[in-house]
Amino acid sequence: MLSVSGLSKSYGERRAVDGVSFQVQRGQTVGLLGPNGAGKSTTVSMICGLIKPDAGSVTLDGEAVVPGASAAKQKLGLVPQDLALYEELPAIENLKLFGALYGLKGAALNKRAEEVLALVGLSDRAKDKPSTFSGGMKRRLNIAAALLHDPQLLILDEPTVGVDPQSRNAIFDTLEALKAQGRSLIYTSHYMEEVERLADHIVIIDHGKVLADAPPAELYRRLPAQAALQVELAGTDILPAELLVASLAGLPGVAGVRRDGVSLDISLHGTAHAAPVLRWLDEQGHTLAHFATARTKLEDIFLSLTGRTLRD
Amino acid sequence: MTAMIAMIRKDLILYLNDKRALMLNLLMPIVLAAFFGSLFGGSGSGNNSKIEIGLVQQDSSAIGRKIGDALKADANLTVQEMSQEEAQDKVRAGKLMVAVVIPAGFGDAAGQSLFQSGGKPELPVFYDPSQSTVLAMVKGLLTQHVMEGVTRDVIGGGASGAKFTDDSLKRLEASPASEEKEALVSLLGSLKKFQEHEAAKPAKEPSGGGMQVPFTTKDEALSSGPKYNAYAHAFAGMGVQFILFMGIDLGIGILLARRMGIWNRLLAAPITMSQVLLSRALSGAMIAAGLMTAIFFAAMLMFKVEVTNLLGFALVVVAFALMTATFGLLIAAFGKTPEAARGLAVFATLILVMLGGAWVPTFIFPAWMQQLTVVVPTRWAVDGLDAMTWRGLGMDVALKTAGVQVAFALLFGSLAIWRFRAQTR
Repeated sequence: MLSVSGLSKSYGERRAVDGVSFQVQRGQTVGLLGPNGAGKSTTVSMICGLIKPDAGSVTLDGEAVVPGASAAKQKLGLVPQDLALYEELPAIENLKLFGALYGLKGAALNKRAEEVLALVGLSDRAKDKPSTFSGGMKRRLNIAAALLHDPQLLILDEPTVGVDPQSRNAIFDTLEALKAQGRSLIYTSHYMEEVERLADHIVIIDHGKVLADAPPAELYRRLPAQAALQVELAGTDILPAELLVASLAGLPGVAGVRRDGVSLDISLHGTAHAAPVLRWLDEQGHTLAHFATARTKLEDIFLSLTGRTLRD
Repeated sequence: MTAMIAMIRKDLILYLNDKRALMLNLLMPIVLAAFFGSLFGGSGSGNNSKIEIGLVQQDSSAIGRKIGDALKADANLTVQEMSQEEAQDKVRAGKLMVAVVIPAGFGDAAGQSLFQSGGKPELPVFYDPSQSTVLAMVKGLLTQHVMEGVTRDVIGGGASGAKFTDDSLKRLEASPASEEKEALVSLLGSLKKFQEHEAAKPAKEPSGGGMQVPFTTKDEALSSGPKYNAYAHAFAGMGVQFILFMGIDLGIGILLARRMGIWNRLLAAPITMSQVLLSRALSGAMIAAGLMTAIFFAAMLMFKVEVTNLLGFALVVVAFALMTATFGLLIAAFGKTPEAARGLAVFATLILVMLGGAWVPTFIFPAWMQQLTVVVPTRWAVDGLDAMTWRGLGMDVALKTAGVQVAFALLFGSLAIWRFRAQTR
């Protein structure tokens, strides 16, 4: 559906985006990840036809998306990271304005505005100004404003920044409903758990380049460890620290060990290897104060690819 | 077209919903124009042009009293008699612009100085240093009244005049013989006869003699329109100034929209940047034209300002409204942040309105500045509005002033679009 091919953009000497390519299929949700300054926003701006790329192209169903009155933009909806709303214009008037920009008018526009307000749960606040809304309500209206013209591809740039958990859930309900309707989504976020919950394909960008472009399962498979075991020892040193770490690293299924005082962070090739490791520690006479297992997170994938965390 | 109408509609709703800003945009120019209008002569029907002066009458001679009476009777002056100390205090405090002292013995000394050389009597004049223009006017009137008062008494047969002539003849006869002496004795002899003739007249009228200013002016206010109304110019000037401030708000609004991401949301739609800018310019122009019309409507109701050429007025207002709107776009295009742009734009606007004659009419400017300010767009707006109100000029002037403003609007708009496009590349 969306084809991003070899996009490049420089600002002076700085290359913000360097040959970015990826695809979005119909009904697919793509998580676009990258730390601050990675080139995400510039890529999104070029996809939406806000800025002209130095090289490369963006096509939506075969039509080029370019700045100006490009027909392909009709199929595309943008939810900007900022609350891009007129605070002193009633909610329904905001929606009518953004609908009219896509050619909607008259009864069809009114009907559609009421539909999207219902979708985001703001029907009872239609005549109120956004300046009187809570942060979460504004975020929901921000999403609604991108849905008026029923776009096939919705681009959401950090749509949950600064909202409370309850509003975040409400936003996710809306997005999952849109996904269920077969709409394609591009989702950028700093919240890995949001991307893990929603995305069925992930594109990781850093320094303007695509580092990974695959479904989450495949990305996890690329990692040396798929699970983690955190152990806190009771404090009795049965084995010297170096010997303990080296011995643990030599056990079957252990990908790596990090020690911080009495805490051990053990990377495993799978959760099945956790029990033998715990048994071995018990056999060596160590008493466990606490232990926990965890699946490898998207954050670990990101860290292994970029060498920094998403919030860096 | 649907998109543009929607964007214009949005701007108008936002503007009209902001009642406080709307009232300020309307009230401030009206209040300030009322003040400036009254300062520059009001509607021309009152006596606001009279100069208030203080008079310290220390001379009780016939000539001294005549000078004082003449000053009091002058239609251009409002004279308050007071002591010298009071006059000095009031001038120092700025409560009086000028005070004139007629010192004791001035009348006699002035009469004698007509026939003899040497020192002349002094007439002290106290003045506020910020009112030097008024001082010149008062001195002019004083010269007229002193000349008339002194010569009327000396030549016209007054007792003191005969005494001056006798004294002068005695002094001449005691002086060494010369050609000038003979001629002067002859002149004074003739004058003495004239004085005796005048003095012998029964029931003498109060003074037909003496030297008079040898002309009177016939004052005729010339304009094609109605009687001059200072409020018309004041409303034009203040209207231009405050509507330009509204233009600044327009530009700042675009910068804020860019900062808030609204700009990107607009441009993510299948519309061009030119459409977005054009719709903003049109809505801004509608607001500007509406404001100017409302301001002049208030001027007509409250201060009897007359619009003498309705079509020409509409043309000038529309052209000014377009120029204001594109001025706002220019601010948005070249401003980096709303905060920095506002400070710079307010400064630029104040310079524009000052040079455009919005505060004081351009004819007060020095000649070189009057020439220079033809490149200032606001000058054409103020001149155009003056022409369509109290000057009562025709469509040719309306077309000229509106045409220049439209040219400025095209220049501003083109620069703004060029700059905005450059920023998206």
